[in-house]
Amino acid sequence: MMMDLLPLLLKGLRVTVEVTALASVLAIVMAFAAALAKLSPLRGLRWLANIYIEVFRGTSLLVQLFWLYFVLPLPPFNIELSSFVVAVTGLGLHIGAYGAEVMRGALTSVPRGQIEAAVALNMPPLRRFYRIVLPQAIVNAIPPATNLLIELLKGTSLISLITMADLTFRANQLVQLTFLSREVFGITLLIYFVLAQCINFGMRRLGKRFSRGIVREQR
Amino acid sequence: MSTSSIVRFQGVTKRYGPLTVLDQLDLDIERNEKVALIGPSGSGKSTLLRMLMLLEDIDDGLIEVDGRPLTHMSVNGGLVRANERYKREGRSRIGMVFQNFNLFPHMTALGNAAEGPISSIGMSKKEAQDRAAELLEMVGLGDKLDHYPAQLSGGQQQRVAIARALAMRPQIMLFDEVTSALDPELCGEVLNVIRRLGDEHDLTMLMVTHQMGFAKEFADRICFFSEGKIVEQGTPEQVFGTPQHERTQAFLRAVTEAI
Amino acid sequence: MENLVDLDFARNILPELLAAAGNTVVITLVGFSIALVLGLLLALLRRSRLAFISWSATVVIEFIRSTPLLIQLYFLFYVMPEFGLTMSAWSAGIAGIALHYACYVAEVYRAGLDGVPRGQWEACKALSMSPWHAYRRVLLPQAVRPIIPALGNYFVAMFKDTPVLSAITVVELMLQAKNIGSRSFRYLEPITMAGIFFLIISIVVALLVRRLEHQLQLPSIKTREST
Repeated sequence: MMMDLLPLLLKGLRVTVEVTALASVLAIVMAFAAALAKLSPLRGLRWLANIYIEVFRGTSLLVQLFWLYFVLPLPPFNIELSSFVVAVTGLGLHIGAYGAEVMRGALTSVPRGQIEAAVALNMPPLRRFYRIVLPQAIVNAIPPATNLLIELLKGTSLISLITMADLTFRANQLVQLTFLSREVFGITLLIYFVLAQCINFGMRRLGKRFSRGIVREQR
Repeated sequence: MSTSSIVRFQGVTKRYGPLTVLDQLDLDIERNEKVALIGPSGSGKSTLLRMLMLLEDIDDGLIEVDGRPLTHMSVNGGLVRANERYKREGRSRIGMVFQNFNLFPHMTALGNAAEGPISSIGMSKKEAQDRAAELLEMVGLGDKLDHYPAQLSGGQQQRVAIARALAMRPQIMLFDEVTSALDPELCGEVLNVIRRLGDEHDLTMLMVTHQMGFAKEFADRICFFSEGKIVEQGTPEQVFGTPQHERTQAFLRAVTEAI
Repeated sequence: MENLVDLDFARNILPELLAAAGNTVVITLVGFSIALVLGLLLALLRRSRLAFISWSATVVIEFIRSTPLLIQLYFLFYVMPEFGLTMSAWSAGIAGIALHYACYVAEVYRAGLDGVPRGQWEACKALSMSPWHAYRRVLLPQAVRPIIPALGNYFVAMFKDTPVLSAITVVELMLQAKNIGSRSFRYLEPITMAGIFFLIISIVVALLVRRLEHQLQLPSIKTREST
């Protein structure tokens, strides 16, 4: 009986991992864009970034997913999105809004002296940003970013409620078929736990790679 | 317009809110001159250096480098505040070493010293690294090229910072209290490098320093700052030996008492 | 011609939505109160000198924090009856969300307790204070003050997580909105209104938390740091 469980769960696992990966990419892009927009001298851009951040942080993830899934296809929007696109978009935009604050904090935490040294060397602003500021900002951003990625992973369980056949969905299916709720949900929890630890591990490795040589002080 | 002055400060004023940090300051620096700026904290010495490096904006007055206005540019015969591109052109002749080193922690000593030419002049990586290695050798760190700043002592880090600034081949070097953040026994190695730089190269050097002994022995001219103005200036013998102004005398008394 | 936004419809469904919103508020208030107490308990257990207790608490906290609330709710609602514990959807929902957030809150307490200077603990010992008194009079007051913003954030987060309870049939705001949508085929108004409600709550609570933080600040010599 148990061995029959596995293939179905693995199918769901695959969907979960796919959505997590794609939504993460979107979240990182949005986090960057919004953080830079918020730090820009243009008032319009700052305003736009603020609206995005406040709306997506201030409302519930499930509300956002339902809105994209139920409201968009109807007039006046008439945009029909597959549940896959809704899942990736909703999760990406939601976590991206939180990520924007993390990124902004990380960018502003780079010591002023670093920028002054780069200016003194007559570095063009763009190079200054991606050679000096960005590498140091990323190191500072990794611990909170890890938490956000785990939140994203947990958030994927909600896509089962908009008919995505992810791990949670398959788990529910299996419980209805086999009535082995204890085992199925237990294994599902375990799988999510392991995935979360993988994210932890991966991010720690990333952090080590970026902080080569830097003795990181905890401020 | 004097052509022997490499740097000219004319009526330079800088304010922070209600506080006037530099007050109508005039100062001419000759080519290859070594000038030490001394005085109490907050008297404006570091601010002057930072303005020369264009890290701070000027409120009033004019700064010229090698006959070319630094802070303003001529437009239709008149002078207007310079834009970023113009400023960067002017900045290229000047190098600065900071009190807190400000080395890039994620790059090796070689990386730090090569970064300036690569990023600003577009020099090839190989060429920049060759030049960097030479300079690091010159400051006595030829064997530490692959070390990261965190693996180096304060004195070593500051020497890397000097090499990094020199890589840009500046005509003018600015030293902003470069030994103030170092343990006393590490100051010597940095001061030695500065001394050799002065002796062996054609460099105009401006340094803000509390190292009176070094200033006395190394500088061509001493400027004593107080409350945003140069109160007294002259050769080391003149300023340290026979200070004319009361404030200079008070300051020098306080400094020697502290030893 | 259908209106883009039917304001009459919106007005009509408002009472239903408000009633459900009331449920959401109750769930959050009760749930968070439980989470605050349970979280403190977990945090203290984690600090226990006995390795087994400390380790168990850590495992529980990490496990619940790293796994989805949704599955935890399913577990409580569908699996627990097998162990003899049958709960109504409401009870399971509140218990589930309280337990989930207790684990977040436990970590916040941990940060707060770690932030209390070592000398404070030693002073309590030197005065022969019982642990109960030490915590109550000296340590907790100091630990809690700086973490109030973080606790406030989790309060708002819990609010925004209440829609997950809809999956085990708890009629909170989101489920009500969805039901209105499926029976009237108009989703725009109910779901948007639900979204706005959550947004308003987030902003209001954030302001209240900042107020609270301000009021609890200890008097001190304000030191001005020069830039």
